[in-house]
Amino acid sequence: MVRAAAIAIAAVLSCAPFPASAGVFNPETFTLGNGMRVVVIPNHRLPVVTHMVWYRVGSADEPPGKSGIAHLLEHMMFKGTDAVAPGEFSKIVARNGGRDNAFTSSDYTGYYQNIAADRLELVMKLEADRMAHMKMDPDIFRTEHQVVREERRTRTDNEPESLLGERLDAALWLLHPYKNPVIGWDSELRMLTRDDAVTFYRRWYSPDNAVLVVAGDVTTARVRELADRHFGPLPARGEPGRTRVRDLPPRADAVITMRHPHVEQPSWTRVYVAPSYAVPQGKPVHPYALQVLAELFGGGSTSRLYQSLVVKQKLASSAYASYNPTAVDFGQLSLSASPREGVGMSQVEAAVQAEIDRLTGDGVTLDEVARAKARMRAAAVYARDSLQTGAQVLGYALVVGQNVEDVEEWPERIGAVTAADVTEAARLVLTRSQNATGILLPDPGERDKK
Amino acid sequence: MRRLLLAFTLLILATLPARAVTVHRVVSPGGIEAWLVEDHSNPILSLSLSFRGGTSSDPVGREGLATLVSGLLDEGAGDLDSLAFQTRLEDLSIQMSFDSGRDSFGGTLKTLTENRDTAFDLLRLALTKPRFDADPVERIRSQIVSALKRQDEDPQTIASKAWFRALFPDHPYGRPEDGTLASVARITIADLKAFAAGRFARDNLILGIAGDITAEALKPLLDSTFGGLPAKSVPVTVADAAPVTKGSVVVVDRDIPQSVAVFGHGGMKRSDPDFYAAYLLNYIVGGGGFSSRLMTEVREKRGLAYSVYSYLSPLDHAAVYVGGVATRNDRFADSLGLVRAEWTRMAESGPSEKELQDAKTYLTGSWPLQLDGTGPIAGILVAIQRDDLGIDYLDKRNEYMERVTLDDARRVARTLFAPESLTTAVVGRPAGVR
Repeated sequence: MVRAAAIAIAAVLSCAPFPASAGVFNPETFTLGNGMRVVVIPNHRLPVVTHMVWYRVGSADEPPGKSGIAHLLEHMMFKGTDAVAPGEFSKIVARNGGRDNAFTSSDYTGYYQNIAADRLELVMKLEADRMAHMKMDPDIFRTEHQVVREERRTRTDNEPESLLGERLDAALWLLHPYKNPVIGWDSELRMLTRDDAVTFYRRWYSPDNAVLVVAGDVTTARVRELADRHFGPLPARGEPGRTRVRDLPPRADAVITMRHPHVEQPSWTRVYVAPSYAVPQGKPVHPYALQVLAELFGGGSTSRLYQSLVVKQKLASSAYASYNPTAVDFGQLSLSASPREGVGMSQVEAAVQAEIDRLTGDGVTLDEVARAKARMRAAAVYARDSLQTGAQVLGYALVVGQNVEDVEEWPERIGAVTAADVTEAARLVLTRSQNATGILLPDPGERDKK
Repeated sequence: MRRLLLAFTLLILATLPARAVTVHRVVSPGGIEAWLVEDHSNPILSLSLSFRGGTSSDPVGREGLATLVSGLLDEGAGDLDSLAFQTRLEDLSIQMSFDSGRDSFGGTLKTLTENRDTAFDLLRLALTKPRFDADPVERIRSQIVSALKRQDEDPQTIASKAWFRALFPDHPYGRPEDGTLASVARITIADLKAFAAGRFARDNLILGIAGDITAEALKPLLDSTFGGLPAKSVPVTVADAAPVTKGSVVVVDRDIPQSVAVFGHGGMKRSDPDFYAAYLLNYIVGGGGFSSRLMTEVREKRGLAYSVYSYLSPLDHAAVYVGGVATRNDRFADSLGLVRAEWTRMAESGPSEKELQDAKTYLTGSWPLQLDGTGPIAGILVAIQRDDLGIDYLDKRNEYMERVTLDDARRVARTLFAPESLTTAVVGRPAGVR
């Protein structure tokens, strides 16, 4: 579900490209008469397909006070139409040897089935049906509402690290809707109603607000024929009016410290507001330069953070950097480290800060930029090893407003990043007070009281 | 819509052709065997390997040894120290990783064709000349310590550890796989070296390879990479065990809003002719995602859980059948009651004809979905050899499923499902549970 899903996919994409001219996934695209975008990635290694429908709506599009409704609606989408009984959707897919599921993020909601190629029409028909004909039985809504509250307990309330993550996003974004957890704040989640779900569904679920992706043993002509037949007749609803407040809070270095009785391993995290493809906040090259930066600064075991904190100074057991440029609004750059046993949090924080200062002061070297870029290009070849990767990367890109060329030209654009670009982008993000630091600590006093 | 769907579901039994997946048994001049699936659609190659013997053969008091070794093989070997080794891997985008399970020690290698020779050579070094330098040993030890602490934060892992402890009080399966803070601290460099020297040997090695290589090109690489391993491994002996399943409920008190449980009892050995019947039955009860009985009763009808599942875990020395559910504290007893009721229902009545048919359709139809990528294929090739399923298994597996009759399934259900034996570990503050 959550933004974690988005970051995972971004990692695949930032791991994406490779040799010029070949393209990455070589997709073909067209648009139906009602405005639905279609992407086809033919791949005939196995007689199977991945079929995905992505909607341009996520938790950041929820009305104030209704956090969690995008995700709750995603659950309800399995709960019956005029033609398909509640819960039958997944059972029909399974009875045809397929697997299905769905995911919700801040910026998008997606549904997919992996199934034998000769069952493509079946899943397309099912997906088209629920795009327009959900019933939302009130009793079933009440039950599914409980399921989602259990999901929140599993993912968040039982997990101190998730609880801190939630507080950290709230502190970083303050006003921007990325402040809300995708699963919803418990106080708002429990007040959501069936009417909220229906209203949200009617506003956002339509062919012109969706992207269809089919990857696998299929031709573009066949996908066009089937998509015209099943999605084609659904009426466009017109622009749903996706307007995001892009205001950021006044600049600040926010710090959230959470002491929790269940924490055994302390951790340190900092998230920075960063450029995205959609909002470069500087030069268009910056989102690409920041991907190179994240790789060389904290992408692997030869990266600066790992070598400095983990290997040389022996202060941390892990240290990472990650960056996600694929968003409707802002991107996010994250740093994290876990202190080794016996090392104080302030020592770890000071060591990270020293690496940031060295980075923004001295800049990056040609050699480390070249090495990072080579790894990223190779990862693009690996991305073609799985059918599902291409469908995920393209669906994600298109649904947040990128186009096919942005994905296909990714290797060249990464290849064009210079050391000067990386240094400049690093200074832009890491020296600006638009960040939040989260510190997770044990609470031995509280534990003693138990 | 309904009618059309019905037509579709009637077509199903025409199972998928295993197009493009032909398994070759490759034997090098030096006698190293590997199973290979050629796939030249991308310049990528994946290798998967396994040595018999895993965390369950860690010496008493040195639990975590296999896990620590698995973290150190790519941390320096031969003339390359940790940084040099890691730099070689990263600069050539060679992915190498090792992982120890309960009964076997596994590794994976993934490389672009252009770096294939170097990749295999680095694998040779990792297996035959690991350095175990003091610095990386302490670093990886600290990472395992950190991971153990995170495990102690996670209700799911706490429940799982408590469950295995309850079922195997006097057997290595009852010990935490990655050791304890105390046992990991005790492991010496001599222990690590003895492990590598004794375990990594040709008589103990299983290899699966998928991707951009021919059998002829693979043969010399097999000899150069694995030919230097000793011929014989030091035997590891782990006793067979009977899980202790008296139907008890162990509660680990923890102030969290949702109780997290692991439940189960004995299972079915992989080599048992009834394994396929058991596999189909498990799909029906708790393995089948949204379609399972547990999902229907606990989640769909009552909203008592986000996740409820079960799976067969046929370990080498004791087969177990494991499930899990998480429900808010005040309703947890309801979930556990439903699990017991489903166990009883299956033991007494077995599956319906339709349920068995649906399970077959799903498990046969979805089989090709597991072959998405060279890594998964290489892994499956190793698993097939490990479990001695035959080189024609990729083709035959669906037939084995189809062959299970309703009578078979009902007969197996009567013994596989033993509600009075269901043993449960719960983490949380479940109301009314005993």
